[in-house]
Amino acid sequence: MSLSLFLIQMLNGLQLGVLLFMLSAGLTLVFGIMNFVNLAHGSLYMMGAYFAAAAYARTDSFLLAALVGIVGSAALGFAIERIVAARLYARDHLDHVLATFGLILFFNELARTVWGASPYYMNVPQALSGTINLLGISYSAYRFAIIVVGLLVALGCYLLINKTRVGMLIRAGSSNPTIVAALGVNIKLLNAAIFALGAALAGVAGLMSGPILSVQPGMGEPILITAMIVIVIGGIGSVRGAFYSALIVGVIDTAGRAFLPMILREFLDRSTAQAAGPALASMLICIFMAAVLALKPQGLFPVKNQ
Amino acid sequence: MKLKLNNMVVVLGLAACSLAAQAQAVKIGFLGTLSGPAGALGQDQYDAFMLGVEHMGGKLGGATVQVIKEDDQLKPDLGVQMAQKLIEKDKVNIITGVTFSNVMMAVHKPITDAGVLLVGSNAGPTPLTGKGCSPMFFSTSWNNDSLHESMGQYANDAGYKKVYLLAPNYQAGKDAISGFKRFFKGQVLDEVYTQVNQPDYSAEIAQLQAAKPDAIYVFYPGGMGVNFVKQYQQAGLLGKVPLLSTSTVDGTTLPALKDIALGVVTGSPYSPDIDNPQNKKFVEDFKKKYNRSPSLYAAQSYDAAMLINAALAKTGGKADNKDALRAALKTAEFKSVAGPFKFNTNQFPIRNFYRVDVAKDASGQAAFVNKGVVLKDHADAYYKECAMK
Repeated sequence: MSLSLFLIQMLNGLQLGVLLFMLSAGLTLVFGIMNFVNLAHGSLYMMGAYFAAAAYARTDSFLLAALVGIVGSAALGFAIERIVAARLYARDHLDHVLATFGLILFFNELARTVWGASPYYMNVPQALSGTINLLGISYSAYRFAIIVVGLLVALGCYLLINKTRVGMLIRAGSSNPTIVAALGVNIKLLNAAIFALGAALAGVAGLMSGPILSVQPGMGEPILITAMIVIVIGGIGSVRGAFYSALIVGVIDTAGRAFLPMILREFLDRSTAQAAGPALASMLICIFMAAVLALKPQGLFPVKNQ
Repeated sequence: MKLKLNNMVVVLGLAACSLAAQAQAVKIGFLGTLSGPAGALGQDQYDAFMLGVEHMGGKLGGATVQVIKEDDQLKPDLGVQMAQKLIEKDKVNIITGVTFSNVMMAVHKPITDAGVLLVGSNAGPTPLTGKGCSPMFFSTSWNNDSLHESMGQYANDAGYKKVYLLAPNYQAGKDAISGFKRFFKGQVLDEVYTQVNQPDYSAEIAQLQAAKPDAIYVFYPGGMGVNFVKQYQQAGLLGKVPLLSTSTVDGTTLPALKDIALGVVTGSPYSPDIDNPQNKKFVEDFKKKYNRSPSLYAAQSYDAAMLINAALAKTGGKADNKDALRAALKTAEFKSVAGPFKFNTNQFPIRNFYRVDVAKDASGQAAFVNKGVVLKDHADAYYKECAMK
């Protein structure tokens, strides 16, 4: 295997990682601060992709599509928090799971009714359709743009959480929500704002995935499972943890798919390697999660003072 | 009291009338996958079947038909429940449709054992074409392998020596690769199995690019196909390394891909531009009514309606004698929208498989363009194992 192929696979892993980060940041904030299990987070991602794709189809402007996708999913997140989630904070996790699972079914059916059962069209914007040259390797310009956007989002999250007053409340809330409420912070508004922020991040992920993935009902579920694994590895409630573990998971997943069948072929005969390779590759991140949990049950970067 | 009695009489009378009316209608159950990500396939089958009924003036073979539709949600156990409901509660004479092979494997026995005729219009799992064939089961589609065999043959015809194969890691994916390899004579550089419903193929695409094949062959049905083709095109490979496929770019996924899929070569038993009068009428009316091009799933289901129409015409519109209806189905003559069509001994079709390209049509839209027959009058590889002669 050549060096350039290895580097391309690492870039692919990084790209998957930042996408996973955008999804898991919102998930981990809502779980860590409100102690709310939101299975419908994947639906927000799907709706973000649909909003953006529909806007792109009408206006032919990627910037407008981005605006509609992000604002639309943030507004949807806000509405879900007020209508559904806020009523459930006091109840236990099973109720959260049931209610948000219901939301998954609702949004899948809604998307199917509005946009049809077939996948929806969305292509890469013209300006990003080619490939770029990175130190002698040619790489898809759009995928590189995803990496840039993901890193900018991560930087934005870092600044928001560590350098602003809202961020201080978010950090305090994830360590001890009761005290924050007792200190007279409007916790209701803070919760809704965090939920909407998480939804907006899911919307960015949906927007950026739209041109490379099939925009279709149910597209949120497979990636939600991976995002759940990311927040468990990173430590629930920790955005920093979500960032590092998303990158690790992205790289492990991509490297597993790319190199594991090749490595197995060295030890096993061809047909066995062909059967075992993909099976093992798909298990790899789960095995990694199990290993992390065995060594550090709170995740790699747990929120302190819990 | 008197008034009440009068009402009773009216109600009873109405009930009797409606029963009498129902007794004359031939009941057809449509069982397909209508919801979830794959719902577009079943919807195409249903819409085309109903268009066939409409073309015959709401009747098939002169008999009024009542079509009862059920959604199996791509769940075999639910499919069995729905089939039982159609058989026991609705008392249907014929069941048609069935979109996916796993559902077909679950429902075919309960249906045929109950003495109900099954006219499959898509799923064609291999066991049912060979040892598991049934006199009560007819298909207007194909054996699953045949699609892939046609692309294997095409790869030979096109002179490709080194081919790289990709498919999802489940039964149909493995069948696809073995079907392709049965006909392909060149060298297989690698065969790669990916997770079912995997969204991202960047890792696989980078690997295959490094292997420098003459062409690649993929089987990625539904949303997986949209993902793969988008990413293949964005990697700048479409047009450089020919992309051969079956069930990847089809009538249900092309609207999501449009120009992105230009240049993809597919093996298909149907193309909307096949030149015969029945297909012209079918395509024109399908487009007019549903505002989209018919897929192969639609075409096969329209054929199923035409087959049932021809069979019922033979029995004089009667469906109560199963043996007579079965014999009529076996010998029914109808003009398939996909060209030459006749039943083999296992009651699966002997038919053509075409090379169909995604190219711009006269109006500048990405569309399917028929580039000729790859396998002519092709019979599946298993009919000899079927006990029926």
